Amino acid sequence: MAEEQATSIRMTPASLRRLIARNQHADKIFAVVGLLAMLAGVFALAALLTDLALDGGTRINWQFVTSFPSRHAEKAGILSAWVGTSLVMLVTIASAVPIGIAAGVYLEEYARRNLITDIIEINVTNLAGVPSIVYGLLALGLFVYGMGFGQSVLSAGLTLGLLILPVVIVSTREAIRAVPVAMREAAYALGATRWQTVRDHVLPYSTGGILTGVILGLSRAIGETAPLITIGALTFISFLPPAPLTSAPPYVSFEWLHAPFTVMPIQMFNWLSRPQAAFQENSAAAGLILVLMTVGMNAVAIWLRYRFRKKIKW
Amino acid sequence: MNTSAKSNAKPGAILPPPRVARRRLVIERLIEAALLFSALSAIFITLAIVYVLISESAAFFSHVSLIDFVTDTQWTIMFEDKHYGIAPLLAGTLVTSAVGLLVAVPLGTVIAIYLSEFAPHRVREFIKPLLELLVGMPTVVFGYFALLFVTPLLQHVLPNLPGFNMLGPGIVIGIMITPYISSLAEDAMRAVPMQLREGAYAMGATRFRTSITVVAPAALSGIIAAYVLGISRAVGETMVVAIAAGQQPNFTLNPMEPAATITSFIVQVALGDLPHGSIEYQSIFAAGLVLMLMTLILNVLGHLLRKRFREVY
Repeated sequence: MAEEQATSIRMTPASLRRLIARNQHADKIFAVVGLLAMLAGVFALAALLTDLALDGGTRINWQFVTSFPSRHAEKAGILSAWVGTSLVMLVTIASAVPIGIAAGVYLEEYARRNLITDIIEINVTNLAGVPSIVYGLLALGLFVYGMGFGQSVLSAGLTLGLLILPVVIVSTREAIRAVPVAMREAAYALGATRWQTVRDHVLPYSTGGILTGVILGLSRAIGETAPLITIGALTFISFLPPAPLTSAPPYVSFEWLHAPFTVMPIQMFNWLSRPQAAFQENSAAAGLILVLMTVGMNAVAIWLRYRFRKKIKW
Repeated sequence: MNTSAKSNAKPGAILPPPRVARRRLVIERLIEAALLFSALSAIFITLAIVYVLISESAAFFSHVSLIDFVTDTQWTIMFEDKHYGIAPLLAGTLVTSAVGLLVAVPLGTVIAIYLSEFAPHRVREFIKPLLELLVGMPTVVFGYFALLFVTPLLQHVLPNLPGFNMLGPGIVIGIMITPYISSLAEDAMRAVPMQLREGAYAMGATRFRTSITVVAPAALSGIIAAYVLGISRAVGETMVVAIAAGQQPNFTLNPMEPAATITSFIVQVALGDLPHGSIEYQSIFAAGLVLMLMTLILNVLGHLLRKRFREVY
């Protein structure tokens, strides 16, 4: 070390200039390498999208969206898949959103610093890292056989609900944490109780953040395949679940909850695992629609975040 | 004057009557209990996962000895001559994850250094959302990409590569976890205090020198945490390998061969219609338990490392 310093002191102006040039050269090279590495990521995304669009773009038409799957690739469509996805998402929203928001509110506004709170927080962090297929195994043991829900829309929706629960909890907490303490103090000063403060002040201010998190969670759930295969989603379904609205009283039916189902990513997987090129085209088309749904949801989430951030000035 | 105003006020003029106050208190308690119950669901889910995996695995291990499970080098659960050695599935998981890491670690690290130390603000704002989008893509779409784009591309370079192999899916897993690693590593480097950088700049160091000799070492535990959490993702990745790696258990470390991983085995069994309670049914829970243990160890390690880099400054 000392020797190194000694030599650097002994440097002539010429050798010093060379050293500077070399270092600046390395700096420039890395700036280019870094940019290229980022572009490699962007290029992969572009290749993925172009590949899907080239393979499947021509298959997307009205008939594709309104047909059941079929043995004939050119007649097949994704009707049962997107209906299934929509119904499963309804159950996912109904299960994960209330529980997730409630848990987030508890952890931010109510929880005392104690052992139980610590254990809950560790669990939320760990659950976020559990591979999705393990949730499938849980649901297979718990919902399908343990509670006897069978291989139904209900089981699938609850499975994905569990999967996105950590996402909803974490984003709720972040949104709530962004509300200044002064807001709460003002409410308490006027005699509001804790729940009144949360309900009338904290939650309304954090709606944007919570909504963003929920949409991001759903965009993840919509593409999940492995856990639903694990609970036994069917890959070939040529009928729709019973309609939720009926003509006879009581007009609302929940039979669809117990219907067998398929979803978009599983339909895509099914077509992809067939050797015929025509089915792989269908697979690409289904994939393209799935990607557009995901990108759309992400875009909405980003837009919401931007809008709410701009509107609220503390 | 304040005190006199206070003493003049009749008790209860501002406060609600006792009955209302009591009812309000009861509502408060009920709501707090409901919120606590929701928060406890995180613990219930963890316990349920552990219970389901362990109870079904226990049934599996009452038929299969643990020694066979660990030492046998064949996994032929779907055949007549059944062998229950987890090693081939572990090897598949290991190889695909390793290929993924070979792609993601260098790429993710360079991107993280670039984003944290070099990138102009506008480049960051533009490219970061695109990389985040890559994380959000459905994994089944990545499976398509691995099977019908990356593998054919690789076959131009390596003509002997079979249609199902571990190399293609491994590379795609690498692409998938690169943004994840880079964003965690970037967080770690941004947490390094500005004074350290300023000190280096004041000594005449270039940005590259500063990044390599000051910022990266200071953020080292956070960067390693990013790698560890990336490995955990790669190990748990399912659809890409189930689609593009073939589903034959194959005890090999050669990425050019097809193989099954722990996750793709679970998918393969679940796709068949297996009776509840059969040994095949129980075997996927045993495989799931192994997977869960692996990712749990990695996640705990990763979070401990992350905590460390946060505490230093």
